[in-house]
Amino acid sequence: MPAPAPSPMGLSGSAPRRATTLIWRGLRAHPWTYTVAIGTSAVFGAATVAVSRVLGWATDEVVVPALAGDDVAQGRIWWAGAVMVLVAITLALSVAGRRIFAGLGYAQIQEDHRLRVTRQYLRLPMTWHRRHPTGQLLSNAGADVEAATGVFNPFPFALGVVVMLVVAAVMLFLTDVWLAFAALAILPVAIVVNLVFQRRMSPAIAHAQQLRAEVADIAHESFEAATLVTALGTQAREEARFAARAGELARANVHVGVVRAFFDPIIDVLPGLGTLLVLVVGTVRVTEGAIGTGDVVAAAYLLTLFSVPVRSFGWVLGELPRALVGYDRVARVVDSRGALPAGELPWHPHGAAAVAFDDVTRTVATTHGHHVLVQDVDLQVPAGRTVAIVGATGSGKTSLVQLVARLDDPSRGAVTVDGLDLRDVRPADLARHVAFVAQQAFVFEDTVRGNVTLADDDAAPGPDGTGGSDDAGTSDDDVWEALRLARLDETVAALPGGLDARLGERGANLSGGQRQRLALARALVRRPSVLVLDDATSAVDPRIEQAILRGLRERGDAPTVLLVAYRMSSVLLADEVVHVDGGRVVDRGTHAELLARDAGYRELATAYERESARREGADWDEALDLVGSGSDARDDDGGVA
Amino acid sequence: MSAGTSTGMSPTSTASVRATLRHGLRVSPELAQGLTVTILLAVAAAVGRVLVPIAVQQTVDTGILAEGGPDTARVVTLATIAAIGLLLGAACSAVVNIRLFRSSEAGLLTLRRRAFRHVHDLSVLTRDTERRGSLVSRVTSDVDTISLFVQWGGIMLLVSVLQIGVATVLMAVYSWQLTLIVYLGFLPLALVLPVLQKRVNRRYSFVRERYGAMLGAVSEAVVGAETIRAYGAAGRTQRRIDGSVSGTRRAMVRAQNLVGATFASGVLVANLVLAAVIVLGTHLGVAGDVSAGSLLAFLFLVQLFTGPVQMATEILNELQNAVAGWRRVLGVLETPVEVADPAHAGAPSPRAAAHVELRGVHFAYPDGPPVLQDVDVVVPAGSSVAVVGATGSGKTTIARLVARFMDPTDGAVLLDGTDVRDVRLEHLRRRVVLVPQEGFLFDGTLAENIAYGLRGEDLALHPSPDDPRVRAAIDALGLATWVDELPAGLATPVGQRGESLSAGERQLVALARAYLADADVLLLDEATSAVDPATEVRIARALGGLTAGRTTITIAHRLSTAEAADAVVVVDRGRVVQHGHHDELVGQDGPYAQMHAAWMAQTR
Repeated sequence: MPAPAPSPMGLSGSAPRRATTLIWRGLRAHPWTYTVAIGTSAVFGAATVAVSRVLGWATDEVVVPALAGDDVAQGRIWWAGAVMVLVAITLALSVAGRRIFAGLGYAQIQEDHRLRVTRQYLRLPMTWHRRHPTGQLLSNAGADVEAATGVFNPFPFALGVVVMLVVAAVMLFLTDVWLAFAALAILPVAIVVNLVFQRRMSPAIAHAQQLRAEVADIAHESFEAATLVTALGTQAREEARFAARAGELARANVHVGVVRAFFDPIIDVLPGLGTLLVLVVGTVRVTEGAIGTGDVVAAAYLLTLFSVPVRSFGWVLGELPRALVGYDRVARVVDSRGALPAGELPWHPHGAAAVAFDDVTRTVATTHGHHVLVQDVDLQVPAGRTVAIVGATGSGKTSLVQLVARLDDPSRGAVTVDGLDLRDVRPADLARHVAFVAQQAFVFEDTVRGNVTLADDDAAPGPDGTGGSDDAGTSDDDVWEALRLARLDETVAALPGGLDARLGERGANLSGGQRQRLALARALVRRPSVLVLDDATSAVDPRIEQAILRGLRERGDAPTVLLVAYRMSSVLLADEVVHVDGGRVVDRGTHAELLARDAGYRELATAYERESARREGADWDEALDLVGSGSDARDDDGGVA
Repeated sequence: MSAGTSTGMSPTSTASVRATLRHGLRVSPELAQGLTVTILLAVAAAVGRVLVPIAVQQTVDTGILAEGGPDTARVVTLATIAAIGLLLGAACSAVVNIRLFRSSEAGLLTLRRRAFRHVHDLSVLTRDTERRGSLVSRVTSDVDTISLFVQWGGIMLLVSVLQIGVATVLMAVYSWQLTLIVYLGFLPLALVLPVLQKRVNRRYSFVRERYGAMLGAVSEAVVGAETIRAYGAAGRTQRRIDGSVSGTRRAMVRAQNLVGATFASGVLVANLVLAAVIVLGTHLGVAGDVSAGSLLAFLFLVQLFTGPVQMATEILNELQNAVAGWRRVLGVLETPVEVADPAHAGAPSPRAAAHVELRGVHFAYPDGPPVLQDVDVVVPAGSSVAVVGATGSGKTTIARLVARFMDPTDGAVLLDGTDVRDVRLEHLRRRVVLVPQEGFLFDGTLAENIAYGLRGEDLALHPSPDDPRVRAAIDALGLATWVDELPAGLATPVGQRGESLSAGERQLVALARAYLADADVLLLDEATSAVDPATEVRIARALGGLTAGRTTITIAHRLSTAEAADAVVVVDRGRVVQHGHHDELVGQDGPYAQMHAAWMAQTR
């Protein structure tokens, strides 16, 4: 279980400081990987200088004298070859080591980020999720993590190059100071060019990355709307919408490219100019008798070897802006606070539990100040009661019942179960004993069984203590029992594979009513002490709904039920009705009492009666399911929603 | 349960690299635009780079080792000329880069755009088999991979290849024997490299696959956030995500290891060649075939040769990665569009309430049992038909066939007597509109979402939310009071997928949008969700306004809808078992009467 980070992941300070921190954190997370990667890279740097040194030595001791007819030098030719082969092997091995371990570190750090980001997705509250588009969150875990780690690929190489430069400088200064200055003259220029490049590149890359996320958002939304698009034949319109943003992205990418287009040739040309400078200065020094031809050749050759390594700083510096932007996006998720703090108290109710709202107010901050969702609600629901929450759209019903499942915490006051403040109860116990069924039934890409039990196959405790639990090992009998209660058993029995039948992505192959009944089975299999139905049966036939609730009562351990409903038939099943308006409880009592004394309620109820009469409340589809008329296993109603 | 898996999209194009390039160029011709000029400039850039070895040779032979002592003035002159050449070459390089960036981004934009369009053009059947997350990744991260490859390596590929060519010519001028040695040295690598690259290619394809699966797992945690919290299923979800994240890491490491080993073998060969050149070159020099300066220049040239060769092997490896992404995008384009425009379409039929007929229609998903068998339904122009039947009876399929989301396996759907397969899709969609039961809302304002229904030649793109017809539709459907009650009226933001609105309000938006779509045939998939009474009344009124004067086929979930329809079609297990007006059917002995009785027996 990851402890809340003591210090934020987000970086602060100047760009170089933030970059240093970013890299340092990566290295520290995988010390062994990077010890090997940087170590082998250092060997590579030294071996590269060795190549030029061997060449210089061979020029002076072998090539020039041999060609001049020196027999001793001719005898040394094969020695020179052998030394070169040795250096070649060292070089190749060090390159392999560096590449493999740098790649390993890169993959490991990506994994770290992805695990942290997705843990946050699972910890942060619904209020946070509602503020963040799906496309953006997917991009945070995907492309942004890639961007944040891009710098780690060239980084060990760049460190090896530093070693190379130091060794080369020492060697050159030992040979001749003037030659050394000539050879190293290009370095300050390279550094300046790299810095200018970085400054230009930073905003260009941030812009492109932002657009990449926006393009992904549009693609996401458009593909989700695919049925609508096909139905209206608006493919061209969607294409234009997508292409407009993708075109902006292409222009942004070209802008990044143009900056690079200048940087690359400048960096490329520097070693060549350096070589020419070395030749001029070297010739002068040879004339003065200070050095030999081999020294000039070695220095000149060394510079040609620089051509790729000098770029490595460019790679690191080039990746840095992108990495910082990506890292910031990742950090924004990781540093997000507001995960509801986990309680510690164990709670093991037997049977139904009493629920109470104790002077509860819930407000949310908006751009125009505070918006009140729930206000001064005082409400006691004795154990085993069924209470219907009734109110017009936007009256705060959902906000109210969500507090019972602790999908959100009150801003003021407390919600309690059996007298325990929800904030003090262990999340695992809460999830185990309070079942919340939302209107939008979410179906996992899993089997029917997996969707009902939501069992964690490896029963180890989950990251927030809510995963593994004492209810591990829900038997198939329990699952069938829950499906039967939810009136979904026959449908499932008809599926090829039964409980093992896999439901497609988002349960696309189930009808809306079936998805809701599956969600109900998921709640019922837990034999909850409190059952919260947030308009969870809107697509289910009223008679099935009634049968389900009656079935529940007939069971020995009937839970306390909080029911948000629009149907009077559902409301009539409740022991008591609470009328909510504007986030406040207007009145409570039996249906008959409220009809008699609450004008607002009367209006709602009669409007509904009128409506029910028109609709006759029946859902033909579900009615057929109820009487068990042959329903085919293959369901063609999916995918239209 | 997943329908029609066999019609799924090819996971990736199976074409060879060369075929991929060919197909890719056909899709994005911009990539090849102005390539001749670019290549000429790149040759100039490559020539600029080999000036340094020539300067070395000249300096050593005629400068340092000149007869009569080193000639400094000559070396300075040589160096100055070479420096000017280098700078000119660099300038050419910059121009080449800019040209390549422009053309590649233009080409990728076309690719992205066509793949995106193709996904929308695919039949509902094919699209449903693909995970949405991975479809998105094909038009986003897969294309981004190519774009980033071009930015960080691809550009260098062209200049590198040319530099190899120019260096070879110059090497041959200095010593053909040594040139032969260099080529013999690289021969084994050249033979092994394609094999290794194929393997690298496969491993990178696998990385992309794992990546797509990972995004799929993450999207469950995001979209299913509420359920996961309510059931404490975080542990289970986390474990699945962890598994997919680690799977992605393992796939990456495997691919990278191979790339690292390949690159290192290139380094080994390059330096072994250097050793061979020194040994054999000195022998040749002793024999009088080359001068000391030429031999040294040759060593510099070998460096100019092996540098790009190594870089090219590396870029080629990255190229594999990009090609893997490219193939996946092209794979989308290679998936055949099952519902396609007719080759020879007749003149568009006049716009008016249409006569719809299903004649002997059969339908089955590929490899699946029959969904519809021998269905005959006639819907006279302007009349309304309610299709009733149990879940899975095939009633939704009827609507989908009429809208031509897919085609019948046998029989035909006729619109005013013409087979819908012979009607241009654009025209068909103008006339026939399916209104899904839970209308999708875009993240925008109410007006934008309603205006989405505006179509037609003048408004094919970007309908304006300020269009007076939006307000007119609102008034015509009696929704003015509802809109005026909203905080910002028509400008009210609806949130992602319309989350800020209730289910009933979303239906209202879908109806207003359908009204603006102004179809001749409406296929209504009746919403099953119960909504609050006030909204319910509004929906009923809006539906009345919407269907007036149009041919309407409703997938009915309510008895009241069946009662009000001109005719009822009862579907059971893929067959039409009863057909007639409600009043007749109730009187007949059959499933409809049975259902009706069963329903009436229930008290509310």
